[in-house]
Amino acid sequence: MKYSGFSLLKNSFSGHKHWPNIAADIEPKSRYDIIIVGAGGHGLATAHYLAKNHQITDVLVIDSGWIGGGNTGRNTTIVRSDYLLNASFKLKDFALQLWQALSQELNFNLMYSPRGYIDLAHSDGELEHFLSRANAMRLGGANVEILSSQQVADRVPGIDVSDNARFPVCGALYQPDGGVVRHDAVAWGFARSASTAGVHILQNCPVTGFTAKDNHITGISTTRGNIECNKVLISAASASSKLASMVDIKLPMDLINVQAFVSEPVKPILDSVVNYNAGLAYISQTDKGELVMGGATDGYESLARRGSFSSIEDTLARATQMFPFISRLRLMRHWSGTADIPMDGNAIVGRSPVENLYLNCGWGYAGFKATPAVGWSMAELLATEQLPQLLQPFALDRFKSGALIDDAGIGPYPWLH
Amino acid sequence: MLLIPCPNCGERDEIEFDYGGRAIQYPALNNSMSDWHMVLHQRDNSTETIEEFWYHQSGCECWFKVTRNLNTHEFES
Ligand SMILES: Cc1cc2nc3c(=O)[nH]c(=O)nc-3n(C[C@H](O)[C@H](O)[C@H](O)COP(=O)(O)OP(=O)(O)OC[C@H]3O[C@@H](n4cnc5c(N)ncnc54)[C@H](O)[C@@H]3O)c2cc1C
Ligand SMILES: [Zn+2]
Repeated sequence: MKYSGFSLLKNSFSGHKHWPNIAADIEPKSRYDIIIVGAGGHGLATAHYLAKNHQITDVLVIDSGWIGGGNTGRNTTIVRSDYLLNASFKLKDFALQLWQALSQELNFNLMYSPRGYIDLAHSDGELEHFLSRANAMRLGGANVEILSSQQVADRVPGIDVSDNARFPVCGALYQPDGGVVRHDAVAWGFARSASTAGVHILQNCPVTGFTAKDNHITGISTTRGNIECNKVLISAASASSKLASMVDIKLPMDLINVQAFVSEPVKPILDSVVNYNAGLAYISQTDKGELVMGGATDGYESLARRGSFSSIEDTLARATQMFPFISRLRLMRHWSGTADIPMDGNAIVGRSPVENLYLNCGWGYAGFKATPAVGWSMAELLATEQLPQLLQPFALDRFKSGALIDDAGIGPYPWLH
Repeated sequence: MLLIPCPNCGERDEIEFDYGGRAIQYPALNNSMSDWHMVLHQRDNSTETIEEFWYHQSGCECWFKVTRNLNTHEFES
């Protein structure tokens, strides 16, 4: 069914009780061409582009939980492409281009709002570094500006740029095309499109193992029995490591808790996304008026999806340094996701040591913004067996060969975060 | 919030500590690159409990090793 003003009107007569499900309920078949493990944004985007760009619909997307219940539905919804290194920049900038037309393409309002991303610098050294990042981005064709602290104050009412702030703001990197996208809508939009095209989406069914023969996967085992396939993509974020270990692949990543916070709703005060770099806190305002905040990870390995109080205090302290008025607001909710963080802080995407097993994981606390670009490229790899240029730097074997994607410029550093 | 059992100071609040990561066994310096790769980068994330190092920075300044459950955050000795 196409969503439109007419369908809205029609369904209002029946009290909105008869809208079809986002994804059709299915009985799994005994065999598929491609199985995607993980119905997060990345897995579902891959399914969408397999159908749309390559007309491949003999696909199962399977999830232990529900659509978008992983990190896709837990993130702070920020999209941007302000990365220094080409590998990171190009993939995320391609995603930024895709976000622009995606609501139309999916016939689903993703609420993409390019409200501008402002990354604050607190020292001359930091500002220099931002300048070189901005120049690198310009070479890649992105629109980016360096703001003075006065320009920051003009653009962002309520922000403290005074000299007696604890960590004075001396300027910022500003990416006007950055912003937010509604995360649940991304999962639902891709799921609906893929399902309409004929892709099967199976929820509440964990993958418990793989059947394999001579370095070749023949199928998956699930709580509802075995399902055969030609190819498997593991796209299960923090669970990818455990899944890969079932076929004796160890992944170079730590699993660490990351939290997000929402304040009570207030009148519109903030029409951009602002990131505070002395310590870490970033903030945006939803259409409902809540302030959404995030910060650094909890800093140690965890699968608990339960936040540490000290990082709540820490993030909110930074946020109030940035916007003093926040101290008078109440926190409404906070939640966590398990971030899968590889040793160089960048994702692992592409082939695996097992012939017909593909990997997409290690996106940590930064992969939402890349969702459509990863789906697009991964679908190309699965359909054509040609590794798209955008994905080449993200190969698993870079940890062995030393070709790390070192955005932070601090070298290979286990438990980086 | 973790209450971390320091062998010298007893259970103390996590903000007093620095994390030292997985308690890995480093190979000898002249071992091969691939040995070092296995140890430095590769992680076994299939278990629920891990051995890890903590540093009691704002206390006795001692490094120590503990076993912790990643789902419940309980320490086991
Ligand atoms: C608090 C927080 C804030 C963040 N903020 C941002 C941000 O502002 N911007 C940004 O770009 N990124 C952000 N991120 C990162 C972003 O959320 C993730 O990188 C991205 O959503 C990952 O999408 P995914 O589809 O790969 O994984 P997920 O959405 O986690 O999907 C993986 C799926 O696999 C399923 N699964 C697990 N085990 C199994 C199994 N055995 N069998 C079957 N299915 C299984 C899970 O149920 C899950 O649905 C944030 C993350 C967190 C936690
Ligand atoms: Zn101590």
